[in-house]
Amino acid sequence: MSPNRSHFGGSCATARMSTLASLRGSIARIEAPSDANMPNRIALGHAGADAMLRGGLAPASLHEVFASGHQGGAATGFIAGLAGRMSPRKPLVWVRQDFSDRESGALSMSGLAEFGLDPRLLVTVRAADVDTALRTAADALACDALGAVVLEVWGDVRQLDLVASRKLTLAAQASGVAALVLRIAATPIPSTAETRWIVRAAHSPPGTAASAWGAPRFDAELVRNRHGPVGRWIMEWKCDECLFSEPSAYPQPVAATPSHRPHQAQARAKHRLAS
Amino acid sequence: MSTLAGLSPPLWGRVGERGTTDAGVCGLPLSLTLPRKGGGNPAADASLTNGNDIPSVVVAKDHNAILLHAIDEAAVHAGLSIGLPLANARAICPELTVYDADPAADLKTLNDIADWCDRFTPLVALDPPYGLFLDITGCAHLFGGERALLQIVTNALSRRGFAVGAAISGTSIAARTLTRHASGKITADGEEAQAVGPLPVSALGADPAITTGLRRAGLKTIGDVAARAPHEISARFGSAFTTLLTCALGQGDAPISPRKPLPDYIVEKRFPEPIVTDTVIALTLQSLAKMLVVAMDKQGKGARQLEASFFRTDGAVRSIMVEIGRPVTRPEMIDRLFRERLEALADPLDPGFGFDLIRLAAGRTEIVVQQQRDLDASVHDNDELSALIDRIAARIGGKRVVVHLPLQSHIPERSALAVPAQHHLAAAIAAAWPERVAGEPPLRPFRLFERPEPIKVPFATVPDGPPHQFTWRRARHEVVRVEGPERIAMEWWQQDGKRLTRDYFRVEDTEGQRFWIFRDGLYESELRDEDGNPVPANWYVHGLFA
Repeated sequence: MSPNRSHFGGSCATARMSTLASLRGSIARIEAPSDANMPNRIALGHAGADAMLRGGLAPASLHEVFASGHQGGAATGFIAGLAGRMSPRKPLVWVRQDFSDRESGALSMSGLAEFGLDPRLLVTVRAADVDTALRTAADALACDALGAVVLEVWGDVRQLDLVASRKLTLAAQASGVAALVLRIAATPIPSTAETRWIVRAAHSPPGTAASAWGAPRFDAELVRNRHGPVGRWIMEWKCDECLFSEPSAYPQPVAATPSHRPHQAQARAKHRLAS
Repeated sequence: MSTLAGLSPPLWGRVGERGTTDAGVCGLPLSLTLPRKGGGNPAADASLTNGNDIPSVVVAKDHNAILLHAIDEAAVHAGLSIGLPLANARAICPELTVYDADPAADLKTLNDIADWCDRFTPLVALDPPYGLFLDITGCAHLFGGERALLQIVTNALSRRGFAVGAAISGTSIAARTLTRHASGKITADGEEAQAVGPLPVSALGADPAITTGLRRAGLKTIGDVAARAPHEISARFGSAFTTLLTCALGQGDAPISPRKPLPDYIVEKRFPEPIVTDTVIALTLQSLAKMLVVAMDKQGKGARQLEASFFRTDGAVRSIMVEIGRPVTRPEMIDRLFRERLEALADPLDPGFGFDLIRLAAGRTEIVVQQQRDLDASVHDNDELSALIDRIAARIGGKRVVVHLPLQSHIPERSALAVPAQHHLAAAIAAAWPERVAGEPPLRPFRLFERPEPIKVPFATVPDGPPHQFTWRRARHEVVRVEGPERIAMEWWQQDGKRLTRDYFRVEDTEGQRFWIFRDGLYESELRDEDGNPVPANWYVHGLFA
């Protein structure tokens, strides 16, 4: 304590410290459930992303995926990958609007099977408008027999505001079903999402055209993470294992290297120990 | 001239179990006649019942002649008759109010009346243009007997300005015949011949040519015709007329075709004081659901289709249908489905001056197999999933909730069939999809356009090779990687050989987006004009890979 404050006396400072402590305590209590959920997290499979997400994505919460209009294919693949990670053997409800079939194509069942998901577990809801889609998604989230609910909304919509996303979050928390929102051609607005991703398609690894290209690759940017830092990674989807992974042979990382470089520090420490 | 509604009903119970069906066949049909004054045209009706002295007529155009189609009492007194040309009618009676006939409105009015008649029996058949048959077998006692029922129906329709003729008889044709000239008559079984005998032949409602023929032959009444040997009548007027006559005499029966199939179970509640508020309506539905479930439970049935009908005091009827994926046996579930449905109605339920009858009917039922729940969680999950699908379908419609079934076709857009999830959930869960080849990247796109979108391809290095760049949705894509072609021939046995073979390529552009594009037609063999010269191929993008 600085000398010019000493005349306030010890009791006043103690009172302030205790207020501060109690406030800290209440903040800790508010944040406690999320910490308690940590063990339940579902790993994506990509080591860098999982480390940043402290183990993976929380299943009982809202996650948003944004993509520009012409990146609909990649974003669909990414969110289907998330849904596949969340609920490998549970039914998946996909809520979409009528016109999204024309805008960005219908979901192809053979494509889904090739991707490593099970078409038998997919129930598609074709809603006439956004309000219906939101309501249906909230209803579906209340059904704990599901693994995940994907809500696909095209463009900027007024209805999907903070209140709507709060409703989805609460429904997801109550039932433990993952709420995944796919926003194509939309600009991010405030929401209660646990994570928010911006997804683009990524190049296949260099090499001859015939050799090992075509595996789904995403340039996934984590732009919001309620409980940690954000980052950007190239992810490859392993259709056989139903898992994200590091790109198999990418020449240089697109993501910025973390400033403290933990892996290099570890390597140096090992080197020192060895010597 | 008049019309009638006759009813010959089978069975009907207030708690909706089906009675024994024997009664229905030769039960007591009730016939109503709505005489053809005004012809149901609302505008005409209004003025026709005003009772002013100026004759009113409804005219219709028939073979370029404008003929009287329907007339009111004043016009009858003025000496007009149906079928008279309008010009002649004007000559007889210069101050004439003329309305145009509107057959569509007439039919709608008749349908509305039939809706209203649903409150007396579930079996109501139309007898166009102006008649209705009600099959009241087993229903009459609910309204205090046949006489009372006849009174209720006639009075209610008369109050609304319809001229009604009604009769109850053992067969529908006999009842219809009676309504034309002996309205209000009730004949016991076996007495039809006596009842219709004295009526003029026109009451049979046969073709006008036959009626005129009979009159010319000196056969004025139905009794006269019946006294002749049937083969004489058949030889002169055709066997159809003989059949009609037999039915009218009660010796044969013509089945009626009810507008709606008879539901398996019906429960209903009538209110002396019409109910208006949502709360009471909801409570009524709840208690009806309980009654229905109790009735179904006795026979181990569950409902697959439910219909709630709301009968307004002013005669309007609103029916709301709910389909269910698996037989429902719990009243709470029924209640919940209807709540969802009612909330989502585009035009909400309008009680007007109140509902005096609410009915809940199980249109389709199935036997419910009571099985013991095992500890396998997935069985339970499927129950929950189908309950969820039912709820969503009740709100937004069953066709909007779909699952997919595999089809035996290698044409991409035909390899899967979207079917309503309510009815095909079990089939979809058991469906066998082609296995993916392990280790291969996806060979089929994640998103498939129902209609392939045309792209502009400036050139290809080799005529049947892949393009180097293409323009899709006004954006240009440079192709950096290509895999293909994968040749998919059309199903010649289904397409008459009209559609062209497609060469599919998986391509990746500079941004890393992957497309599934195809060239429609083989370069040398299929793409030729009438003179045999090669024509450039059309290119399409069919899907997007993840």
